[in-house]
Amino acid sequence: MLMNLFKFKGGVKPPTHKAESVALPIAAAPLSPRLIVPLHQSIGGTPRPVVAVGDNVLKGQLIGEADGWISAAIHAPTSGAVVAIAPYVQPHPSGLDALCVVIEPDGEDRWIERRPFDHAAVSPDEVRRYLQQSGVVGLGGAVFPTHGKLTPARHVAMDEVVINGAECEPFITCDDVLMRERAADILRGCALFRDLLQAKKVLIGIEDNKPEAAAAMRAAVAALGEDFAVVEVPTLYPTGGAKQLIRVLTGKEVPASKRSTELGVQCFNVATAYTAWRAVAHGEPVVSRLVTVAGNVETPRNYDTPIGTPMADLLALAGPLPDTDGIVMGGPMMGFLVPDAKAPVVKASNCLIAHSPRLFPPKAPEMPCIRCTACAQVCPHELQPFELYWFARAHNFGKTQEYALFDCIECGCCAYVCPSRIPLVHYFRFAKSEIWAREREKTAADAARARYEFKQAREERDKAEKAGRLARAAVQSATPAAPSTPLPPRGGGAGGEGEVDRSQAHSSTSPSPRPSPARGEGEHEQPASPQISAEAASPPLLTPAPSSPDPRDCRKSPATPLPPRGGGAGGEGAAASETAAGSSIALATAASRAGVMGNAPFFDEPPPLPNPSPARGEGLQERGSSLLRQPPRGEGVHEQPASPQISAETPVQAGIAPTSDEAAQAAKMSTIQAAMARAAARRAEAAAPPTDEKPT
Amino acid sequence: MEILLAIAIMTLGAVTLGAALGFASVKFRVEGDPLVGKIDAILPQTQCGQCGYPGCKPYAEAIAQGEAINKCPPGGAEGVQRLADLLGREVKPLDAEEQPKAAAVIDENTCIGCTLCIQACPVDAIVGAAKQMHTVLAGQCTGCTLCLPPCPVECIRMQPLAESIETWKWKHPALAAGEAARC
Repeated sequence: MLMNLFKFKGGVKPPTHKAESVALPIAAAPLSPRLIVPLHQSIGGTPRPVVAVGDNVLKGQLIGEADGWISAAIHAPTSGAVVAIAPYVQPHPSGLDALCVVIEPDGEDRWIERRPFDHAAVSPDEVRRYLQQSGVVGLGGAVFPTHGKLTPARHVAMDEVVINGAECEPFITCDDVLMRERAADILRGCALFRDLLQAKKVLIGIEDNKPEAAAAMRAAVAALGEDFAVVEVPTLYPTGGAKQLIRVLTGKEVPASKRSTELGVQCFNVATAYTAWRAVAHGEPVVSRLVTVAGNVETPRNYDTPIGTPMADLLALAGPLPDTDGIVMGGPMMGFLVPDAKAPVVKASNCLIAHSPRLFPPKAPEMPCIRCTACAQVCPHELQPFELYWFARAHNFGKTQEYALFDCIECGCCAYVCPSRIPLVHYFRFAKSEIWAREREKTAADAARARYEFKQAREERDKAEKAGRLARAAVQSATPAAPSTPLPPRGGGAGGEGEVDRSQAHSSTSPSPRPSPARGEGEHEQPASPQISAEAASPPLLTPAPSSPDPRDCRKSPATPLPPRGGGAGGEGAAASETAAGSSIALATAASRAGVMGNAPFFDEPPPLPNPSPARGEGLQERGSSLLRQPPRGEGVHEQPASPQISAETPVQAGIAPTSDEAAQAAKMSTIQAAMARAAARRAEAAAPPTDEKPT
Repeated sequence: MEILLAIAIMTLGAVTLGAALGFASVKFRVEGDPLVGKIDAILPQTQCGQCGYPGCKPYAEAIAQGEAINKCPPGGAEGVQRLADLLGREVKPLDAEEQPKAAAVIDENTCIGCTLCIQACPVDAIVGAAKQMHTVLAGQCTGCTLCLPPCPVECIRMQPLAESIETWKWKHPALAAGEAARC
């Protein structure tokens, strides 16, 4: 079939090293004594484990449930027992750990009940969800959850589905042998994708160095009677990049800001199509993948490998030569040296290359950039790597973004041709991870700022509310017309409706029928403020000071995490009215002054933030003593072990509720007593020197 | 006569320009110092008070008034650098030692539920109630250490944040190579 092909700019032609590993057919890798299945194997959310240590699982049983839409489920690669769910070293350049489910195979390799999924009878959304639950992800190496790519753009008709069999990177042949041996299932998977995306055409791109694979696919297309186009594309690295293959086959250039579906095209790897079909037609989730084992080994070959097989075990099958000194996961262009050979094979592992100094001679030292622009000539994304390098090296990350750092696919062409042997891709990865870290920090700082400002606003509001309450309490008790007998708790009729449960709660918390009009005001949900109702009951009352805060204000603001009001409002109202009874007139003036002054604090809390004192110990002491000197505070303090000094003497009474479980209680008590004694001693020590200093 | 005309013209001009300026000062009035916002955006928002000010915003205001830019340990040397770039001031070494990022952890067996740490936390990152166990929302904790001093039983400790695959960063190739050569 003749077809007009397009070109992308740049590209390189490294030696392919593919012939060695295609000589032998696919072999099934034996089960390792332990399979370590990482939960996070795809782009997006980390699946949550749904099995426990000690559970027996069957092959294909769900062990990690997808977390969010961009995330894919994880399944047991064989039958056996879950022996651990713990962090384990990952196939990642960092060599860090991540949560894995460790399975000890029972050797029977028993499947769960496999049921075909009737994809024709259900809606496309159901099929997408099924693929997510089957753990189908892009097996070309990027492991993006496939179901997330199967939604057509809203206003653009899908023209083509591009199936990626290019496999441009040296050494890797797993897609090649898959197409040779399992072409029919790949094509059925392609048909599934086409149906889901309602695409007009399916284009299968295969590099022209794989004629056997192309022939096998053509034969399968003919046998199935589909109208898929199998296109041999020129061998040029990185034709296998999604955007590059789309460009070559359709001439469409996907801009950085758009998804390919917005241009009516979508790209899938052949192995992805294969696993999608296995999941739909055979009910088999993704529990294994083809892995090319090549490089410095006796018999390079492709193995159908259970996910979770330790890389060292897999490499041992191919017989690594004695001078092997490491494992490269992925190809030599984009792969990385695995920091630990015990790391497991994951869905992204398409190839393991045994590393040896003979095969990959150590690089000569980096030389200065001579701005020869060789890198720019080979860049398939038409970037300017020499500029990016310059800015990344100088930590000028803003500039790297101006030069479109994030369009870089890290294909490694630039580093491959660089005459100064500069590890350009390494610089770009460095710059990208720095930028991401900054983004994270900025998000965290913004969230912290918002929370801090909210807390401050809340504290201001509480303070203002309290001042208003005290002012009103004082005004009421100072007014001669006010009844000398205690008011009914809710101030009579007007405020009565809708407050039944609240007044009940009130009577249970406050022991005496004290006039506590303040009680209700902190309760945000109340429709009518009790203060108003109190006025209704006794008309000649003075109106509250004009600038006293409207209690409704606080209702508007989100009443989320209020500081614990350990009986706060009631206790405070009580305190206020007690003092008010003593010197009502003096207080009335004080209160009205407070009201006029709005937020003026009066016998009230310490400032919201502790005074930042230069020396910590000093601040500590100050805070402790100020606690001692505090007049009864409204909020929570009554229930606390007050100040550390006091509580150290009487720790038992200090705010611990009596429970029936005395033994446990006693144990806890002794720990706490010890801790408190220690703390008190340390504090006394710290407080000793600056005793003459008066805290302000 | 001509001199009167000249005076009239100048007066008219003065009045017109004065009115225009007066209008502009009302119409284009900027509340607060916009520089404070920019400085505040650079500060790490730990609200820890280590700079001597009760929060990041007050410190930003102080910097705008001429306070030194090297008093923010959580911001680190890089924060100083960015402030210097913004303000055109000289980069100074940090006034204190740079600490690794950490989050507070409450030992829940020892916590007596006194709520003092909840009141001290500037970003509401501690949850709990009186006489109930408290715990720190790790994702919201800024590592300011303000909850440590009020705790009567000293059950709060700072735990350095562990690096994960998500937060791991590639090293600078040239600097990393230099370090390796030195080792």
